[in-house]
Amino acid sequence: MSVETLLEGTADGQRLRLAGVGAWTADNARRLENEINGTVRRYADVKHVAIDMEQVERLDTFGAWLLERLVRGFSKRGCDTQVTGLKENYRPLVEEVHSVKLDEGPPRRPNRIIYALASVGQNIVAVGGSFAAFVNMMGALAVALMRVAVNPRRLRLTSLIHQLDNVAWRGVPIILLITFLVGCIIAQQGIFHFRKFGADIYVVDMVGILVLRELGVLIVCIMVAGRSGSAYTAEIGSMKMREEIDALRTMGFDPIEVLILPRILALIVGVPILAFLGSMAALYGGGLVAWLYGGIDPDIFLSRLREAISLDTFKVGMIKAPFMALVIGVVASIEGLAVKGSAESLGLQTTASVVESIFLVIVLDGFFAIFFASIGM
Amino acid sequence: MARGNGKEVVIEVRDVVVGFGDHIVLDHVNLDVYRGEILGFVGGSGAGKSVLMRTIIGLLPKRGGTIKVFGYDMGAVSDSDRNAVERRWGVLFQQGALFSSLTVRENLQFPVREYLNLSQRLLDELAVAKLEMVGLDSSVLEKFPSELSGGMTKRVALARALALDPEIVFLDEPTSGLDPIGAGDFDSLIATLQRTLGLTVFMVTHDLDSLHTVCDRIAVLADGKVIAAGTMETMLASTHPWLHAYFHGKRSRVGQAADTGAHALAPG
Repeated sequence: MSVETLLEGTADGQRLRLAGVGAWTADNARRLENEINGTVRRYADVKHVAIDMEQVERLDTFGAWLLERLVRGFSKRGCDTQVTGLKENYRPLVEEVHSVKLDEGPPRRPNRIIYALASVGQNIVAVGGSFAAFVNMMGALAVALMRVAVNPRRLRLTSLIHQLDNVAWRGVPIILLITFLVGCIIAQQGIFHFRKFGADIYVVDMVGILVLRELGVLIVCIMVAGRSGSAYTAEIGSMKMREEIDALRTMGFDPIEVLILPRILALIVGVPILAFLGSMAALYGGGLVAWLYGGIDPDIFLSRLREAISLDTFKVGMIKAPFMALVIGVVASIEGLAVKGSAESLGLQTTASVVESIFLVIVLDGFFAIFFASIGM
Repeated sequence: MARGNGKEVVIEVRDVVVGFGDHIVLDHVNLDVYRGEILGFVGGSGAGKSVLMRTIIGLLPKRGGTIKVFGYDMGAVSDSDRNAVERRWGVLFQQGALFSSLTVRENLQFPVREYLNLSQRLLDELAVAKLEMVGLDSSVLEKFPSELSGGMTKRVALARALALDPEIVFLDEPTSGLDPIGAGDFDSLIATLQRTLGLTVFMVTHDLDSLHTVCDRIAVLADGKVIAAGTMETMLASTHPWLHAYFHGKRSRVGQAADTGAHALAPG
């Protein structure tokens, strides 16, 4: 790149003659800007400025704007400024730029402390808002469910089956694999540490109770929240963005009944099945590791398991599953409906959906633990 | 660079074939666009107008033929030449295609920031200047695209297409979705910008009024080929059945004039 100047100045007392040279285009804009700012600063006490544009070969919006800035810089000090020699075809552009009004935009950020306090307040209100939204959605769901119960033909069976296929059937392989691995790991860790006390056999109790009561359903729910909850939010959210939900409303359909009820029912049916399959896979994995790594014979594992767990252990796990499914579905739907126009908002709500539903599933699990303990299960 | 009729050809499309699966959309299409003109590109819905535009700007692969832009064969250019050519054109997509997670200011500054190393002050001033050129003002700078009306979205998208002072702008149905007043304003805006910036405009459109008021030349795509290219008078004089139906139909100026019994605008 050449380094010759783009603006030459010769001062003569209070008169300043400036001559533009070369290409005043985007590629030279940075250099030109520096020269122009320098010129305006250097000749602080001139009264008359003449700018000769004769030798400017090319001019684009960038150059035209910088010329305008040069003129404005001198005019603001009360100099009278003249531009001469401008090529005819560039005149409209320079005139266009001349009419641009710059005003200081609104201040970008208020006081830091106020900003921090305000965001704390906004967050608290948002938490209250999401609680209200949850209750609201449960109510709307109950209404839709009642309508379907009164007139079962309103149930979107095709949609329900399609969602069941997505949520449950297609989720089976990955859920079996993950729960199997978790079962293996628990058994291995248990054997490794229990062996120090000669209590290897108790690993069967640990795997059985942990998997059936807590881990089976919890891991399945976390997987489902990540797999299906996020998909629900993204689907409903993009339908919201494309005004499909508004279209449903104007045709007299209730989006809750058409879109959300089948999805949540699919979760409520699908998650217990997945939780059952997941628990079995985890027990299988635990048994396999106990046999191969811990030397506990499968026969012994099974008979020990029969003593360690009761039907209650199994029931505790399975009772929790549909409630957790409901929470995942409701959170996913609320977040989906909260999507606004932008792609970024879709991403934010999907993230929020997964994080919130996993959090709520774990909180719910805690409440169930207290509940089952107090009724002695 | 190729020249035709003494005018410089900036886009040269020769024997271009584009298809999807078994369906051939463009079948040996030929088209020239001259420097400094506004070319209106028309054709029935699904005829492949947008397909040709997207092929020229490199979004769709072609099966055969050559496309030259500024004399560069776009099928055979190096990456750096392609980048240089891409800097010299701007595209206005049908839905605006503004980046929804950026404000209007950031949308306008995005291409400039990417290609040029300018001070923040200059970037901010230029954003305002471009906005005023397209008939908006600095009050929309901090808005997000989802907060803009349809017409404003088109204007901001046009400002973004013009951000790097391109020599060619591609407009995909710029007036669709605008009311007649807004569409008229947009047409005159394009004409003004074309004059001030010396642009070459490639405009895919259905809007007969745009064709009448701003287009220097019209090219017509039908049956996978450009069946005619020329001025409005040539189009009106053509006897091709599709052209006749298009330019003499109920919604055309000629058709309306005939309906109301007023004097005809052009010979039939």
